[in-house]
Amino acid sequence: MAYDKFKTLTSRAVPLPVENVDTDQIIPARFLKAVERKGFGDNLFRDWRYNKANQPIEDFPLNDDRYEGKILVGGKNFGSGSSREHAIWAIYDYGFRVVVSSFFADIFKGNALNNGLLPVIVSPAFLEKIFQAIENDPSTQFEVDLENQKFTLLATGESEEFEINPYKKHCLQNGLDDIDFLVGMKEEIEAFEK
Amino acid sequence: MEAKTLFDKIWDAHVVKKVEAGPSVLYIDRHFIHEVTSPVAFLGLKNRGLKVFRPDQTTATPDHNVPTIDQELSIKDELSRHQVEMLKRNCDEHGITYHGLGSEGHGVVHIIGPEMGLTQPGMTIVCGDSHTSTHGAFGAIAFGIGTSEVEMVLASQCIMQPKPKKMRITVDGELGKGVTSKDIALYIISQIATSGGTGHFIEYAGSAITSLSMEARMTLCNLSIESGARGGMIAPDETTINYIKGRQFAPKGADWGKAVEYWQSLKSDADAQFDTEYHFDAADIEPMITYGTNPGMGIGVTHHIPLGEDLQGTDKSTFLKSLKYMDYHPGEAMKGKKVDYVFLGSCTNGRIEDFRAFAQFVKGRKKAADVNVWLVPGSKAVEKQIVAEGLDKIFEEAGMALRQPGCSACLAMNDDKIPEGKYAVSTSNRNFEGRQGPGARTMLASPLTAAAVAVTGVITDPRELM
Repeated sequence: MAYDKFKTLTSRAVPLPVENVDTDQIIPARFLKAVERKGFGDNLFRDWRYNKANQPIEDFPLNDDRYEGKILVGGKNFGSGSSREHAIWAIYDYGFRVVVSSFFADIFKGNALNNGLLPVIVSPAFLEKIFQAIENDPSTQFEVDLENQKFTLLATGESEEFEINPYKKHCLQNGLDDIDFLVGMKEEIEAFEK
Repeated sequence: MEAKTLFDKIWDAHVVKKVEAGPSVLYIDRHFIHEVTSPVAFLGLKNRGLKVFRPDQTTATPDHNVPTIDQELSIKDELSRHQVEMLKRNCDEHGITYHGLGSEGHGVVHIIGPEMGLTQPGMTIVCGDSHTSTHGAFGAIAFGIGTSEVEMVLASQCIMQPKPKKMRITVDGELGKGVTSKDIALYIISQIATSGGTGHFIEYAGSAITSLSMEARMTLCNLSIESGARGGMIAPDETTINYIKGRQFAPKGADWGKAVEYWQSLKSDADAQFDTEYHFDAADIEPMITYGTNPGMGIGVTHHIPLGEDLQGTDKSTFLKSLKYMDYHPGEAMKGKKVDYVFLGSCTNGRIEDFRAFAQFVKGRKKAADVNVWLVPGSKAVEKQIVAEGLDKIFEEAGMALRQPGCSACLAMNDDKIPEGKYAVSTSNRNFEGRQGPGARTMLASPLTAAAVAVTGVITDPRELM
């Protein structure tokens, strides 16, 4: 799937200080009936975001006027559970380009990288610092520098380096995906089959 | 020669190429698809002008979205029907075998694969569903993938994967009365937490594991993902070989002997190294029940909900959020809590042994008056066997009715939704908020515990009625 090339991003962030956010919360199963990749952002965190009468729940961070930005900050073990890539599509479609946590579930992380959504893994202490910084000043800005693999709290200059597989980094920076690469290996794959 | 784990042996035999400082290109032997995570992958192929590379190695069935009553009629929900029709159309167009609703081969994707003998030791198996880990019970590397990866497999029969770390979980000893492989799984997850297995692939070993039937092994491996691990596997042995023998797609004639010889070589070398090891004693495991909103929040059915006094920060707030959702309180006993629904089924516990265990328990007993019991076979073959063994009559006499195969209330994509605020004891795999319907409250348990609850209407220790 084509996605935007990722270089650096400076943005405010939306905090979601909850652990084990599973993909059923990110996008409940009843919204997985589409056969195209469109409009999932409307139902991102549907049951945390809206009440039964479809009215926004005021204190949920996505509905809180104080918060905005292209960075979503979640508690540890973010994206656990179902392999549904719709969770990534929903986060991306809503407008996020980076998800920060101290720990991501494997399938979620792989799906994110395949769709141009950058998962940034920081230390638990730094994650706490990020939550604190947003709480102190919701308009505070962060910088995500993919080239140097650095996440910075611009207000204080504090930063932490994050890891990313060099191949995946190259893909994100250039908007490439694995399918072109694999289709280009057709002869090698045929040779392997013998 | 370097000592290798079972995982290493299979993985290394499937690496087409290792990308410099990147993932491996891993060849996939068997690919399963269903209606929910495949349409966008087929759309991707179309947009790139690609064909399916090896249609013979993909098998399709609609399971997530299908009704479990009146399957012979057209699916009422328009979106669900469209998704199911789309799967059929995509399969027809690309020459993929499709087991449609009502057909003999229909069922939950992780149930029909083993049933048909498509799942075999030494294979790499993927599906756009996290519970693909089920197939690891045969000594295969099996794991769930996203839709982009489904597209990769369709286009090239390969995916790109970094090699995970290796974990071994050894459970030795004899299981107590009323303790099943579901309880082993929930116990392990309660000990290592839902993120304990992340980054790893698990091998289960030990006398408590090798004594399990093939179906019980599938239940255990199925729940590997709930500990965060990509998959779990068990080395193939006589139990595995006997299960596969004679099934539709099992090797035949001279191929059978060759296959068995290879399968018998698939085990971890004695001095193989694991990145992480855990040891548990089977005697410590009781029938389990969950009290919270992730599968790691499980306790012995006779225990009390933890007080959570040692928790801090987001650990504490997450714990309390979970109990608030369940409307439970720290320190409460689980036994005796009222239950409104019982669900037997899913890729975790929707096989014939699960129905036998449940039937044996409810035989001669009656369903509690105010409990709704949903009995959903994992496949058409399971349904047929239930009827052949007369288990449906036992259910009927107990006041319970059998439904038709599908994922059903495990994820409530169809009409089988637990109403808001109601409590369900479920043999499925996830007790996440809203998993079984908006506002539904789920407690995970074994088919035995579910059967005990079905006849009492409250959380019950099945051992007291055995």
